[in-house]
Amino acid sequence: MSTTVPAAAGEVRAEADRQDAPAAAPARRQRMTDRARKERNLGWLLAGPAFVVMLSVTAYPIANAVWYSLFDFRLTDPDGRSFVGLGNYATILSDVLFWRQFGVTAAITVVTVAVEFVLGFALALVMHRALFLRKSVRTAILVPYGIITVVSAYAWQYAFTPAYGFVNPLFGSDLDWFGETVPSLVVICLSEIWKTTPFMSLLLLAGLAQIPSTYIEAAKVDGATAWQRFRKVVVPNMKGAIMVALLFRTLDAFRIFDNVFVMTQGANGTETLSFLAYRQTITRVMIGLGSAVSVILAVLVVLIAFLFIKGFKVNLAEQRGA
Amino acid sequence: MSAGRKGQVWWIVGAVLIIVYALVPVAWIVSLSFKAGDDITNRKFWPTEWSFENYLIVFRSDLFTTALRNSVGISLIATTISVVLAMFAAYAVARLEFPGKKLLLSLALAITIFPIIAIATPLFNLWRTVGLYDTWLGLIIPYLSFSLPLSVYVLSAFFREIPWEMEQAAQVDGATPLQAFRKVIVPLAAPGVFTAAILTFFAIWNDFIFGITLTSSEAARPVPAALAFFSGASQFSQPTAPIAAASVIVTIPVVVLVLLFQQKIVAGLTNGAVKG
Repeated sequence: MSTTVPAAAGEVRAEADRQDAPAAAPARRQRMTDRARKERNLGWLLAGPAFVVMLSVTAYPIANAVWYSLFDFRLTDPDGRSFVGLGNYATILSDVLFWRQFGVTAAITVVTVAVEFVLGFALALVMHRALFLRKSVRTAILVPYGIITVVSAYAWQYAFTPAYGFVNPLFGSDLDWFGETVPSLVVICLSEIWKTTPFMSLLLLAGLAQIPSTYIEAAKVDGATAWQRFRKVVVPNMKGAIMVALLFRTLDAFRIFDNVFVMTQGANGTETLSFLAYRQTITRVMIGLGSAVSVILAVLVVLIAFLFIKGFKVNLAEQRGA
Repeated sequence: MSAGRKGQVWWIVGAVLIIVYALVPVAWIVSLSFKAGDDITNRKFWPTEWSFENYLIVFRSDLFTTALRNSVGISLIATTISVVLAMFAAYAVARLEFPGKKLLLSLALAITIFPIIAIATPLFNLWRTVGLYDTWLGLIIPYLSFSLPLSVYVLSAFFREIPWEMEQAAQVDGATPLQAFRKVIVPLAAPGVFTAAILTFFAIWNDFIFGITLTSSEAARPVPAALAFFSGASQFSQPTAPIAAASVIVTIPVVVLVLLFQQKIVAGLTNGAVKG
C-alpha cells in the first residue's frame, strides 16, 4: 500500500533540489570525472531513443502545420497552391463561426471541469472515508476511466435518443435532445463528465492521502467544524494535487473531440475547435486553412497551460519531479 | 463511537451511489446489446427477451472483426515498444545525472498537453507522402510518441522508490552486477513496468483521433474508428443494437484488466500524474 501514497510535496522538492545541485555547480563541469562522463553517455544512450521518437512525430508535423498554414492549399487542387501569408489566420479570426465554436469549446470546458471538480472531490472523500466497500468503489470507478470514449459517447447518446432511450420515459419528457444546441451540449458534457471524473477523483484522493491526519485531529481538538477543517486544513494542504488535476482536465476538456464526433458530428452548433480542425483538413481537404486552425488550437492550449502555471503558481516541474 | 458508526453509514451510502453512478451507463449499453427486434425501440432499460443476435451480426461482419484484429495487434505492438523505450528513459531519469534530462521531461510534458488533432492533421499529409497512410506502422509510430510521456512518468515514479542500494549490497555479498540486477532490481521494478504497460494499453486502445485521421480502409482502422463508421449488417436496419454489442466486446478487455489490477492502476495513475 505504501507505494500508492505519493510523497509529501516537501519531499518531492527536496529530491528536485538534490538533483539540481550537481548540474548547477560549474566547478564540477570543468573537471568532469570519468565517472560523470560515463554517466552522461549512459544517460543519453538510455533516454535517447525515447527522446528521438517523441520528437520526430511531433516536431516535424508542428513545423509542417505552421508552414502550410501560410498557404492557400487544397489537397484536390495542388497546382492552385499559393502563398497567402497570415491570410488564413485573418480569415479564421474574422469568421463568426470560429468565435461561436470557441465559445462552445470554452463553455464545455468550464462546465465539465467545474462539475467534475465538485463531483470528483465528493468521490475522493467517500473513497477516503468509507472503510467498507472501499475496494469495490475503486474498482467500479476505474470502469468509466478505462472505457473507450466512443463507447461512452454511444451509451449516453442512445440513453437520450427519443426513439430508444430510457431517459425520456424515466422523466416523462419527450424532449428531442439532439434537435437543439443546448440539450445536445448537455448530453455531450454528461458523457464527458462520467468518463473523466474518475481521473480527477483519483488525483484528488492522492492529494487527500498526503495530508497528515495529525493536522485534522489538531483542528478537531481546537473545535473547528467539518466545513472549517475542510476549508482551512484539507484544501490548502492538497493545493498541488488540486492544481494538477484542474490543469490536466482543463487542457483535456478543451481538446474535446470524440464525444462531439459520435453524438452530433458537430450539428446544431455543437462544433468544437478540435472538430473544426478535423473538418477543415480531413473532410474539406483545405490543408492551409485546417493547418491554421490546428496552430491556433495549439497556441490556445499552450496559453491555457501558461495561465494556469502563472495564475495558480503551480510548479509543474516540481510536481513532475523533474 | 456510535457517532462514528453513524458517520460510516453515510459514507457507505455514498460508496453505493458511486458504484451505481459508475456502472449504470455500462449496464445500459450491455442491456441494449441484448435487445433484439422491436425491443430496441421499447425505451425500457432492460430487454424483454435476451438475445445474442447482435453479437452474431457483429462477429459475422468483416468490418468489425478486422478492426478488432487491427486494434489488438497495433495496441500490443505499440504498448510493448513504448514500455521498453520508456523503461530505459525512466531509469536514466530516476537514476542518472545527465545534461538534457530537463529537456527530455519538458518535451514529454509538452506532448501531454498538446492537442492531438493539431498533430494528426499534418501527419495525415506527411503519411500520404511517405506511404505510411492507412498502415499499421502509420498508427504505431504516433501512438509511441504520444504514449511515451505517460510511460516515462509512471515508470520514473516507480523507479525512484526502488531501494537501489540493495543492488550494491548484493554485489558486496558476491553477486555479479548482472546477477544483482536480475535478482534484486528486476523483481522490484516489474510491478511498475506492468502498471505502465496497462495504462499505456488503455491510452492506445482508447485513441480515436489518429484512428480516423490516419486510416481510410479496413487495412489499419482500429475499433473506435470502425465503431463510428459501423453501419450494421444491412444497409436497411438500424445499427444501434449491433453497435452496442460491438461496444460491449471492446469494453471487455478493459473491464477484465481493471478487475484484475485495480490497485496497480490507481497507484500508477496517481503517481504518474502527481509525482512522476
